Order: sequence, then structure tokens, then C-alpha cells
Amino acid sequence: MSPEGTVKAGHWDPAETAEGAQETLPSPVLRLPEGAVGDASAIDIERGDDDTMIINMGPQHPSTHGVLRLMLELDGEVVVRTKPIIGYLHTGMEKTAEELTYVQGATNVTRMDYLAPLHNELCFSLAVESLLGVELPPRAIWVRMLMAELDRLCSHLMWMATNGMDLGSTSMMIYGFREREMVLNFYEKTTGLRMNHNFIRPGGTAADLPDGWEDDIEVICDTILARSYEYDELLTGQPIFRERTEGVGAITAAEALALSATGPILRSTGVPWDLRRTMPYLAYDQVEFDVIVGTYGDNFDRYSIRLNEIRESIRILRQVRDAMPSGDYRVQDRKVTPPPRGRIDESMEALIHHFKVFTEGFRVPEGEVYQRVESPRGELGCYLVSDGSSKPYRLHVRAPSFVNLQSLPHLLAGGLVADAVAVISSVDPVMGEVDR
Amino acid sequence: MTADSAVELIFATRSDYHDAVAAKRAEGFELCSDVCAVDYLRHPARPLPEGVDPERFEVVVNLLSLSAKRRARVRVQVPESDPVVPTLFDLYPGTEAMEREVFDLMGIRFAGHPDLTRILMPDDWEGHPLRKDYGVGRVPVQFKEAPGPR
Repeated sequence: MSPEGTVKAGHWDPAETAEGAQETLPSPVLRLPEGAVGDASAIDIERGDDDTMIINMGPQHPSTHGVLRLMLELDGEVVVRTKPIIGYLHTGMEKTAEELTYVQGATNVTRMDYLAPLHNELCFSLAVESLLGVELPPRAIWVRMLMAELDRLCSHLMWMATNGMDLGSTSMMIYGFREREMVLNFYEKTTGLRMNHNFIRPGGTAADLPDGWEDDIEVICDTILARSYEYDELLTGQPIFRERTEGVGAITAAEALALSATGPILRSTGVPWDLRRTMPYLAYDQVEFDVIVGTYGDNFDRYSIRLNEIRESIRILRQVRDAMPSGDYRVQDRKVTPPPRGRIDESMEALIHHFKVFTEGFRVPEGEVYQRVESPRGELGCYLVSDGSSKPYRLHVRAPSFVNLQSLPHLLAGGLVADAVAVISSVDPVMGEVDR
Repeated sequence: MTADSAVELIFATRSDYHDAVAAKRAEGFELCSDVCAVDYLRHPARPLPEGVDPERFEVVVNLLSLSAKRRARVRVQVPESDPVVPTLFDLYPGTEAMEREVFDLMGIRFAGHPDLTRILMPDDWEGHPLRKDYGVGRVPVQFKEAPGPR
């Protein structure tokens, strides 16, 4: 096999890699070069051109959640093989990160997964802090946890909305957006922005919570919890919805693990793996919540996992509200965080520190670290290499959507093309994060 | 050297890289969470343990054991003259897209990979953008099959 990547379609023999986990997997992945779809004579498949056809779905398809393009090989209405083609949104954010200081870095990473921006910031900040070796004040940790759970809520509500729309329930779309709006309003009050917040920064958070935040959280929790039971009435018990989701896009635990899938996809197969519980970060070991798992690994399991995670997030939010410690929301280390605005008018030293932090940034000791958090989509990792300067030498983001997208051909194989839209939705890819 | 002390750090050579990862897999590391590469062109004097010769590239593999709740990181030095390492596809099929990303952006080839093509950049792109000697800000935007200048 040529290392140059000139493997011709149909020439890949699974027996060539018969070792290990490969054996459990059939070959639902279409190995065709991107350009070959237009040229029918180049398609070399043993079934013959009359039996199957290759069609394109996307990138401008309303149900591909952005600019995802799929090459589907169809036998009648049944999907035989699939090849996801990505990269339409690639803007080189990992390269950009090497040109930005650690202070500016959070503004860059927050744009990757734009439906869960705070988790990106959180992961990046935790990575920088573990290299710096700073200890966060307790309030910073709990404020971060509050924002991260709101983020999960927000992302899952958005998923409920788009999944409902993909399955033909327009009302669910409106309801999902309505509930998400409540959380976004709270974001606007706290961070100043509805998305791309740059709120969680190395050293703590950008600001303290606004006055009366407890009441806002109370209203958000009560309203969304009550409405999550309305979703049950609208979707969970509905025969049409169940028929479109039950048994569709099923995957086993062994397959999910082999394909490195994490998050709701892995949990839907019955593996109770949630980094918040199994490898706790922040203060997740001090709150009570349940890890939701499925049994069959199908679309319905992934739906119920996300719906119940909304309820678990509300449970965590209430505990965070009650346990929120007082104190500082960022470390008082003038080399890492800027001084309070008021001090700049009085103190020359504060002015210098402020200037230094925002122009040069701070230096991070040499080293490398892999930091991970449980984002709404799975394990979000950040591999950070520092050469001792004020800019990351290398920042690699392990994007859960990017990795989870590999399981899409396996979920689609053997299913109907009409279900493809529902299966794409249940993987929940965010193309900004896939392409970075 | 590494800030996350709970992680088991393994330095492998290119010849025993595949065996080292296979041994980890047999030990119970069920999931390969990440494959990425670093170009150490401008930072050659990084701290490495005795006996590891620094090369320009480094492929970093992060493994996860769900049963033992542990992580392991395999780092392998890859020379600039011959940037080829064996693929992990036969051990962890989930590394398929990650290895394609490393090939696309860093130009490291994975011998035995079933479909080693560009994944994020266009098929006809030249160069590997995440390399440190790749120009920044001087690359004109390319559109496939766009009409030429009039």
C-alpha cells in the first residue's frame, strides 16, 4: 500500500489489517478520492455500476449541520458505504494559536465549538494553568463549573431543537431555541456576549457573576426542568418519533471504543464513561449527579441521554448555586491576571502590570500537557507545548466532533437513506470544531 | 517535563513504536484518545530523558484506559529526512482521521494507513501548514477551478 495516499477505491482489503479490533468492524467507509465522485468510470466497486450509486449529500444541505459533505453509496434506498468529507470550514486555528499570546488564546479557542464555547475556554485555561502551576481560588472553580453546566444545557437544548427539526418536529425546534435563549440572556448579563465569550481565562474568569445571579439560575432551572417534561410528551412517547429513532444507527460498545468515540455515543452503548465522574476536574467530585447510559446504542438512546443530561445539569446547577463560595474570582498574581481597573489610576505598578499582561502576556514554563474536559460532545482535549515564551509553541485540540464523525459511516451502514439525516444529527457534529 | 504527573510517559523509537502501543493496548488501554504531532524546528533543546535523540518531529499518542482510569502518552521522535511512522489503524481504527490530520497538516506519513489523503486542506494543496517553516500570511487564497485572471 502506497504511503502517498493513492489507494484506489475498492482495493482496500480488511484482511490486510486483520489484527486486533479491526476484525470486529466491517468496512462501511467509502475509500474514494474526493474528486472521483463525478467520474463514474473511475469508480471500481465489485458490485457493478448498476447495483449501487454514489451520491453527494452536502455541503450545502440544510440537515448536515453546517458544511459537512457525505459521499453515500446507495443500493436502492439502503446506505452501503459512506465517506464524510470535511475541511470546508478549516481556518487553521491551531496555527493561529501559535501566533497569539496565552492571554489572547482563549478568544481563539472559543470559536472552535461555537455551541459550547465555554468548554473550549475551560480546557485551554486548565492546560495553561497546569503548566503555570497556579492554584485557583475556590470561587473561580465554582463559577467555572456553573458556566460549564449552563454551557452543556445550552448545547443540549440546541441539539434537541435541531434534532427535532431533522425529524420533522418544527415545534421542538422553536421550543429548543426558546429555552436556549434564556441561558443566552444570562450569558449576556454575565460575560457581555451571547457566544464566543472569552470569559474563562487562564488564572480564573474575566468577571464575577452579576448581582442577583442566584435568582436567574433559579428561574432557568425551574423553567427548563418543567419544560423538559413537556418534551417527553411531545417526543419521547410519540409513536412516529420512536419509530424513526429506535434501532436506527445502532453501534456496539466495542465498535465505539475502537473508533475512539466518546460522549453520548459511547455512553449510549452502555459504557458509563463521563470524565466529570471518572476523572474529575474542577469540583465535580463535590457535587451529586448521575451518569446517564443507554443500552442499545441507537438514536433513541442518544436522544434520551441528552434529554436526561439536561436534567442532571440542572441538578448540578442547583448544588453549585447553594455551595458557591465567596472570595476572589481569579488568582491575585499580577503576572498572570491584570489588576482591577480602579487600581490603574492610582498605582504606577498596577499600570505597568496591566500593560505587560495585555501586550507581552505572561511566560509559561517549558513543558507539555494534555488536559481534557467532558464537553457536551465528548472528550475535549488540549495538548499544549510551551517553549518558555509567552505564546504556545504548539496547541493541538482533540475535538470530540472530529473524532466522533468517524463513527458516522458505521452508524449509517445498512440503514435507510431517509434515516441518514437523523443519524447525522444524533452524532451532533459541530463543523467549527471538526475543521478548526 | 510534563505537568500532568498522573500520566505515564513512554518514549518510543520508531522501530518499537507500534509494539509499544500494542503492548499498552494489551495492558488495557482500550481507547486511543488522540494522535498529534509537534514540529520542534525552533525549539530543538527541549527536555528529553537520557538516550532519546531529539529529532525535528515528534508524534504524540494519548491513550486512555477506561477500566483503570489511567492515561498514557507515547512520544516518538521522527526525523525530518524520512518522516514515516507505522500506522496504528490496525490497533485502534479510530486513529484513521487523526493520522490523516497529522499527515495533512504536518506531513508525516503513516505506513499502512488505508486512506492517507488530505482531510482538512484541499486535495491539491501544497505544503503542510502546521510545520514551523511554512509561511504565514503570504499564501494567496486558492479556490478550486476558479477562473483565472481576466
